[in-house]
Amino acid sequence: MQKILIKGGHVIDPGNGRDTKADLLVEGNRIAAIGDQLTVEGAEVVDAEGCTVSPGFVDLHVHLREPGFEYKEDIFTGTRAAARGGFTSIVCMPNTEPVIDDETGVRFVRDKAGQHGAVRVYPAGAVTKGQKGEEIAEIGLMHEAGAKMFSDDGLPVVSARVMSTALTYSKMFGVPISTHEEDPTLAGDGAVNFGRISTLMGLPGMPEEAETVMIARDLELCRRVGGHLHIGHVSTARSVALIAGAKEDGVNVTCEVTPHHLTLTEDLVRESDYDTNTKMKPPLRTESDRRALVTALREGIIDAVATDHAPHSFDDKDREYIFADNGIVGLETAFALLHDRLVLPGDLPLHRLIEALTAAPARILGVDAGTLREGALADIAILRTDQEWAVNPGDFASKGRNTPLVGWSLTGKVETVLVDGKIVMRGGELL
Amino acid sequence: MAELKSKDVLGLEHMSADEIQLILDTADSMREIIDRPIKQVPTLRGRNVLSLFYESSTRTKISFDLACRYLSAGAVSVAKSGSSLDKGESLRDTVRNVEVMGPELVIMRHPSGGAPHYLAQNVTSSVINAGDGYHEHPTQGLLDMMSVRRRTGTLEGLKVTIVGDLFHSRVARSDIWGFQKMGSEVVVSAPSTLIPPDIEEMGCRVEPRVEDALKDADVVCVLRLQLERQKQSFFPSVREYHALYGINARRLGLARPGALLMHPGPMNRGVEITTDIADGPQSIILDQVPNGVAVRMALLYLLLGGGE
Repeated sequence: MQKILIKGGHVIDPGNGRDTKADLLVEGNRIAAIGDQLTVEGAEVVDAEGCTVSPGFVDLHVHLREPGFEYKEDIFTGTRAAARGGFTSIVCMPNTEPVIDDETGVRFVRDKAGQHGAVRVYPAGAVTKGQKGEEIAEIGLMHEAGAKMFSDDGLPVVSARVMSTALTYSKMFGVPISTHEEDPTLAGDGAVNFGRISTLMGLPGMPEEAETVMIARDLELCRRVGGHLHIGHVSTARSVALIAGAKEDGVNVTCEVTPHHLTLTEDLVRESDYDTNTKMKPPLRTESDRRALVTALREGIIDAVATDHAPHSFDDKDREYIFADNGIVGLETAFALLHDRLVLPGDLPLHRLIEALTAAPARILGVDAGTLREGALADIAILRTDQEWAVNPGDFASKGRNTPLVGWSLTGKVETVLVDGKIVMRGGELL
Repeated sequence: MAELKSKDVLGLEHMSADEIQLILDTADSMREIIDRPIKQVPTLRGRNVLSLFYESSTRTKISFDLACRYLSAGAVSVAKSGSSLDKGESLRDTVRNVEVMGPELVIMRHPSGGAPHYLAQNVTSSVINAGDGYHEHPTQGLLDMMSVRRRTGTLEGLKVTIVGDLFHSRVARSDIWGFQKMGSEVVVSAPSTLIPPDIEEMGCRVEPRVEDALKDADVVCVLRLQLERQKQSFFPSVREYHALYGINARRLGLARPGALLMHPGPMNRGVEITTDIADGPQSIILDQVPNGVAVRMALLYLLLGGGE
């Protein structure tokens, strides 16, 4: 059996309370041993001196775009982008063409990912048929086919009754319903946050309450009917306050935040002079929102970091601001951005960042990932927290180059990645 | 010699008082040309200007066309309807085609804030923003300032009150930036649904009651009410808007005696403004139109280096 010995690294494994220098032995596709000064005959040695050894990251929110939008991204390129970012398990959203709303769709993605994927892929099934928000989809059959999460992401479930039904129904399978919280009557055709930037730049705005009224509604529904409500990409201070209150009351709710909402604000729309890579849903908000998100992540009110990796083609973004597609890529910059902007200045402990990228999302998804426990699957990310690099979208494995971080210098790099006991990236290079 | 800092005129927010002064002074001399019986001068002969109108326009388009003609510049206008602008051609392709056809100056009106900025970043030609979304309409702001200055001699210390749909108004934004840079105080008033958030950050004062806003005003600028906004529930009815915010003789009487009344046109008579005052002695609405031509001539002259 193939053996790999990761030597000399500092292991941070929040799921198992480990934060210490240790060697790690991989045998086959499992973690065989963790200990001090391990020596193993015939093992391939990976030198991790000066590195942080983390469980492979788990991303609850990725758009792989296949089937239907392969010109933006596909399962091959999207999973390679994930590996480059240290993500070894990802959830892909079902807003494809056709929508992944039945077991055939789920199986298609799983099979394709099994053949061509660089990392583990868990397809999210749609909550409603065709993501139309009218009738709930075949959640049970999709669950049997391997869907671990359900979402109409990209669109809100507008009908409160349908959302209530979905939460009730999902209880039979113990699966989370992940939401895109946006009241369409309030969001309108908004392109940026509603506030000073929309006023100064003359762009239609999306108010924070478009998000918060839907969160409040769904928290009340979940409080009443149960199920597991997972709120996607929270972006405002009030969202966090509502979720904190519900958690205190024991409502079964979890939530996630994106790297960009944790580090960027609406001011970037202005500073970049209408760069469409500042356009996404939910929009970049204010500095006080951003700070509230960071605090909530640190305190665990926000459970997980998820990228909302949203690749688009050059042409889809190279348009007038109001016509450009929403979203930015995130997989290949997530760790570096958060480490550079939050960990280094002391706003977020590295241990907590890694927890929010590993054990927390794995727990939400209910999969055995994000852990370096002996016997667990060997999904591992080896990180260089001292390495500075400049973001160059030309180097991305993703087809999407749509990032506002072009040329940004970031400290923190994903060095080596193992998936299922196999090295898929070494020294920053995908194999 | 004073000159403009940028090759483009995209908005008044980033323009200096000196530049505005230069444009207004130049526009005053252009106005003399317009007032001659024979209006054409050869200043820009051989120069070529292209207008791209992605939104319909009558006044602004005619004004730019005449400005070109009076200065003898060649002018080609493309309107959205029936052109490639209407056939799904990307702005990038339009821009690339424009670039190789080689006009020295491009005028653009567009429904998206920032579209002329995109154009300006991607062509070597000069770009004049003829209105982008509800962001800015700098030539309107300039002609408003010019129209006032020709009556008062200065903009310093004036109280300028802007009333109407501030939310969707690019005219209001350019006026707010411009007048304040020239030393005026700007007060704005509108129904609360038509006041954009944090507009105070632009430096103006918000007075929710129109009567308070009009008190002691030297200039009253009435914005056009887009009647389709009523269907979007920004106000309950034209009747109620008129009752609460329409400018009539009684309300105009709250301003300083002889205060100047402006409207960027086209007017909804009997809605945001009543006919008696629109056509009355305080109105400079018909001054605004030739001054608009003069301001646009001034910009063409300054950007195309007509003096060389």
